[in-house]
Amino acid sequence: MVKDMTLGSKVLDIVLIFVLSVITISCILPIWYTLALSLSSKSAAAAGLVWLWPVDFNFNSYRQLLEDSQFFRSFWISIQRIALGGVLNFVVVALLAYPLSKTSRDFKQRNVLMWILVFTMLFNGGLIPLYLTVKGLGLINSIWALVLVAGAQGLVFNVILTVNFFRNLPNELEEAALVDGAGPWRMLIQVFIPLSVPVLATVTLFSIVFHWNEFLYGLIFMTREEFYPLQTYIQQMVIVFNPNIMSEEQMKMMAELSNRTLNAAKIFIAMIPVLIIYPFLQRYFIHGITLGSVKE
Amino acid sequence: MPTIIENNPAVTRKKYKKKSTKSNGFVKHYLLMLLPGYIWVTVFSIIPMFGIVIAFQDFNPVQGIFGSKWIGLGTFEYMFELKDTWNIFFNTLFIASLKIIGNLVVPLFFALMLNEMRNMLFKRTIQTLVYLPHFLSWVILGGIVLDIFSFEGPINQLFSFFGQKEPILFFAKAELFPFFVAGSDVWKEFGFNTIIYLAALTGINPSLYEASSIDGASRLKALWHITMPGIRTTVALLAVLSLGQVLNAGFDQIFNLYNPLVYSTGDIIDTWVYRVGLLDLQYELATAVGLLKSVVGFIMIIISYSLAYKFTNYRIF
Repeated sequence: MVKDMTLGSKVLDIVLIFVLSVITISCILPIWYTLALSLSSKSAAAAGLVWLWPVDFNFNSYRQLLEDSQFFRSFWISIQRIALGGVLNFVVVALLAYPLSKTSRDFKQRNVLMWILVFTMLFNGGLIPLYLTVKGLGLINSIWALVLVAGAQGLVFNVILTVNFFRNLPNELEEAALVDGAGPWRMLIQVFIPLSVPVLATVTLFSIVFHWNEFLYGLIFMTREEFYPLQTYIQQMVIVFNPNIMSEEQMKMMAELSNRTLNAAKIFIAMIPVLIIYPFLQRYFIHGITLGSVKE
Repeated sequence: MPTIIENNPAVTRKKYKKKSTKSNGFVKHYLLMLLPGYIWVTVFSIIPMFGIVIAFQDFNPVQGIFGSKWIGLGTFEYMFELKDTWNIFFNTLFIASLKIIGNLVVPLFFALMLNEMRNMLFKRTIQTLVYLPHFLSWVILGGIVLDIFSFEGPINQLFSFFGQKEPILFFAKAELFPFFVAGSDVWKEFGFNTIIYLAALTGINPSLYEASSIDGASRLKALWHITMPGIRTTVALLAVLSLGQVLNAGFDQIFNLYNPLVYSTGDIIDTWVYRVGLLDLQYELATAVGLLKSVVGFIMIIISYSLAYKFTNYRIF
């Protein structure tokens, strides 16, 4: 970088540090505020006294949350969902990406198959046909509706990222394995997968985060609350506006009835898994995205 | 010398070709590998596509799509007579356009500022923190945003501190709602969107900066004459690709932020389809509107991809 040590340059540095810090803090502050709110007393929250530090520090809202058995049931459903969804995504993406990374000289049908896949990413039948399909398959109230429907959506993007990554691996490795007599399965499992950790970790972590965050399918495919994944449960508890409430006065009343500290505790607990995965995600995703999106 | 012949590329290629003909036997294994993925995509993406015929039927859920009566384009005629339809298409376009502009410009400025930062530890810390909101759901962030702007929330406290008497219910103000939506979306995504700009910025040859420094150019001059031309293509590419997003105003976000008081400006195609289709059970109408959105969206994506290919040689695979 340029070693410009003039006064103007130093002023620029200070302004930059200030502006960048303010913007960055704005990304973290709402999360911190939620934590502070969840640890405050109900009356302090209702009086609007909470800023960036808990007022009347206590764990009451978390204690209250412990009695909410549906919260933990939903939490467990979400854990199962990300485990199933993550594994399935990893296996299927690897199996799809390896053949599709071949040239059409080695695998004649490759281009047609790839276009079919891309078409499903660019066009969809809409919400109602999807709902009727899932209903027709008898998957209403089954966790597989959540795993398979949401999983099919991110799948093609993940495959494209992985295909591009596979194609950038040096050809010589494959040639060497071929000379040593490796078949396609060994080639995938012992050569391609170990060499593609950044991109496979990226797409797997992406799918885990996507499954954790997704709430709509829980809402439309689950008819009873006991089957809701966590985000759907929180959406129903914290956010839902009753459509019958039409006047501003009634909305004011509802806002006053709501339990802000308990809601904040729910929201904060629901964030924790993402916060735990985040450091791992951070390690891989920039590398995975930028390498996977470069074409030869 | 024998070793040189061994490493001769021509020889190696010949060997590879020979093996490659043998690898024709691989194709059936390739197809076997593809099988689970294609079954998955067929059942959950391709079969639902045939469900769009509901839009041309008088659909009866008991009789299904094979037993229901065909009525042609009646649903579409009804759709265009509805005032709602025009409103939701306008809202969708308006909110999506605000987001597209914000999500192109804000990350660009942020990336340029970050690029000027010379303290690496500071730079890396900032990058780590600003990516975080991208990975949180709109259920979570919607809950937080609604609380912050609620009656007892910090924003109203701040306003009352500065003399505002009555607390303001921000999310009941229809005229503000699209800007709230676009603003909070840009806040959530700008960090993640800087990644691609930063990747483009690292691609600029550092010797250009050294040369300009020797020639006595200031940092602002270098920014204008080296950095900006260096990422011009990336900006143009992202702008063209975002054309495919003009009908995606963001269901998850709006669904978690809106309420009946802001339907006039905040109701978009996706939220409307959800309510009309799955709550009011007007399957034909919801499918027809959804189909119109899918078709227009598909055409926009094809246009944006072919423009991107034409001007920057961009290919998705």
